[in-house]
Amino acid sequence: MSKTLFDKVWTRHVVVPETSAHPATLYIDLHLIHEVTSPQAFTVLRERGLKVRRPDRTLATIDHSTPTLINADGSRPYVTEQAEKQVETLLANTEEYGIETHGWDSDNRGIVHVMGPELGATQPGMTIVCGDSHTSTHGAFGAIAFGIGTTQVGHVLANQCILMRKPKTMAIHVNGELGKGVTPKDVILAIIAKIGVGGGTGYALEYRGNVFEEMSMDGRMTVCNMSIEAGARCGMIAPDETTFSYLKDRKFTPENYDAACADWASLATDEGAVFDKEVHLRAEDITPMVTYGTHPGMGISIEAAIPAAADETDQGALDYMQLKAGEKIAGTHVNKVFIGSCTNSRMEDLRAAAAIFKNRKVAKSVTAIIVPGSVLIKARAEDEGLDKIFIAAGAQWREAGCSMCLGMNGDIGAPGDLVVSTSNRNFMGRQGPGVRTVLASPETAAATAIAGVITDPRNVETAA
Amino acid sequence: MSFKPLKTVTSRTLVLQPANIDTDQIMPAKFLSMTTKAGLGEHVFANLRYDAQGELTDHELNSEEGKACEILVAGHNFGCGSSREHAPWGLTDYGFRVVISSEIADIFKGNSLKNGLLPIIIDKRAHQWLLDNPGADVTVDLENCEVRLPRNGGTYNFEVDAFSRHCLMEGVDEMGYLAAQDDAIAAYEDERV
Repeated sequence: MSKTLFDKVWTRHVVVPETSAHPATLYIDLHLIHEVTSPQAFTVLRERGLKVRRPDRTLATIDHSTPTLINADGSRPYVTEQAEKQVETLLANTEEYGIETHGWDSDNRGIVHVMGPELGATQPGMTIVCGDSHTSTHGAFGAIAFGIGTTQVGHVLANQCILMRKPKTMAIHVNGELGKGVTPKDVILAIIAKIGVGGGTGYALEYRGNVFEEMSMDGRMTVCNMSIEAGARCGMIAPDETTFSYLKDRKFTPENYDAACADWASLATDEGAVFDKEVHLRAEDITPMVTYGTHPGMGISIEAAIPAAADETDQGALDYMQLKAGEKIAGTHVNKVFIGSCTNSRMEDLRAAAAIFKNRKVAKSVTAIIVPGSVLIKARAEDEGLDKIFIAAGAQWREAGCSMCLGMNGDIGAPGDLVVSTSNRNFMGRQGPGVRTVLASPETAAATAIAGVITDPRNVETAA
Repeated sequence: MSFKPLKTVTSRTLVLQPANIDTDQIMPAKFLSMTTKAGLGEHVFANLRYDAQGELTDHELNSEEGKACEILVAGHNFGCGSSREHAPWGLTDYGFRVVISSEIADIFKGNSLKNGLLPIIIDKRAHQWLLDNPGADVTVDLENCEVRLPRNGGTYNFEVDAFSRHCLMEGVDEMGYLAAQDDAIAAYEDERV
């Protein structure tokens, strides 16, 4: 029988099948952990005298609470003592249990969803979990990857399995040719705007069509990253030559690589496989996108007028954003621009932003902060001279981490600030109390930083 | 990590009307740096309950009546966004045992079930009745999977996964169940990993 990519990977990992009485027991190949959602899980292990079953299948880093600045004396300006304690707790826990950890002295430290792929730990056909909803990022490699809560972090540490009922499947087809200046971020914002912020609830998504086939791994990760913003715990793309060439010669790349690739190639959805739901978008209909409300489903073309509120909740969102229905969002004054996060902090994102920043200056009224996704990306960007372009433009070039995506480390806006952000969530107060967030691509964010107002990047010439 | 068994809850409801209340609103990120679960009830819905100076607002969540509510009714798609389990930890520490909406996000739903907080996705008509009648005295009966509304509201059934229902009614978590599968997990590892 024809099977979907999701079905094939799921079936390979069932330890005990689900019945009406209990969910399936699903084996987890890779467990990523970070400082925020793991401490209480380690406490449970200790209370119950349990071991970590597979430290060799667990990888840790520090990213959420880590400062992105360094003091003159080399110390790190933690936002609170508690933040520092949380980072130290992670480092102590992983040392005690023998878990490979990319801490302060590792070249691979970075946002957990940037680190996994960079190390080649993320591979097609795997099941991957992390106490972080953006674990969906790893689905770009053809893995079933999803976020879990801390109780399940404990389950995976102790048993290397989780209990789960199989979700439904949804195919999202995007075919055609993307216009100039239309990026993977715009594609996923357009998808979420179409299916809605809860439209993927209960589903595993598979992104299909020539647009994804032609996309780089960096772009595929941007797309899969935001699956959760439509309510889907995981989103996948079939592994292909792009995937295989990305993973070649990384730390965890399998030894018999040709055999591994042949197996991975067999995972693609069979012709005739049936999805529970299918959605189609035309690439030609997608333009640079921005959000205008307080959840990622409230996205529109940068050329469009803000739609009328459908209900009180929507009106509340417009009031919070201080935006009016019927007006265009382009041209709105901004205070800050943030380029970073597990959505858009990879080389391709930084190169695209740099092409716009080159030989230009950030508007005087704007603070622009650029935060690479990992120590490795920071070094690569500096090798290419991107840091010099950002700094010459008057932007801040920071240390790797989650930073202003959720502001846990103290990188936040001031009340009332309008922030154009390449991150994934525009929730009320996410980037600081009273802060208004507009989600956009790195290109749109960079063009906006230069102009001081929300700007269509297609109107900005870039250096060849 | 066991919790008080949940069989029947009868309580006044506390209603939060907006749709798409995300876990950042339920538990803002600045409260995620805790390394324990203690005291998160103080911070739940912090942006509604405290003003810019950190003073308590007159929101119902700060009232004595509010604090006595064990049933939270919220707009469509409650708990979307971040996987932070700090959200259900905060809600249960505050005193909620049930959350009712017309849609509840997957990860939040799973996290709630593991912490003695029953997430109920209910029929749209019942949901609207609940939104329209804040403070109603409602009974949630997990044994019969029923929500009983007062006055002319009626009785509605809801679905809950059989395994989760068992865990909630017995006040047990899943760790023991998983640990009991050790042989099957070891056999899987021998064969596949």
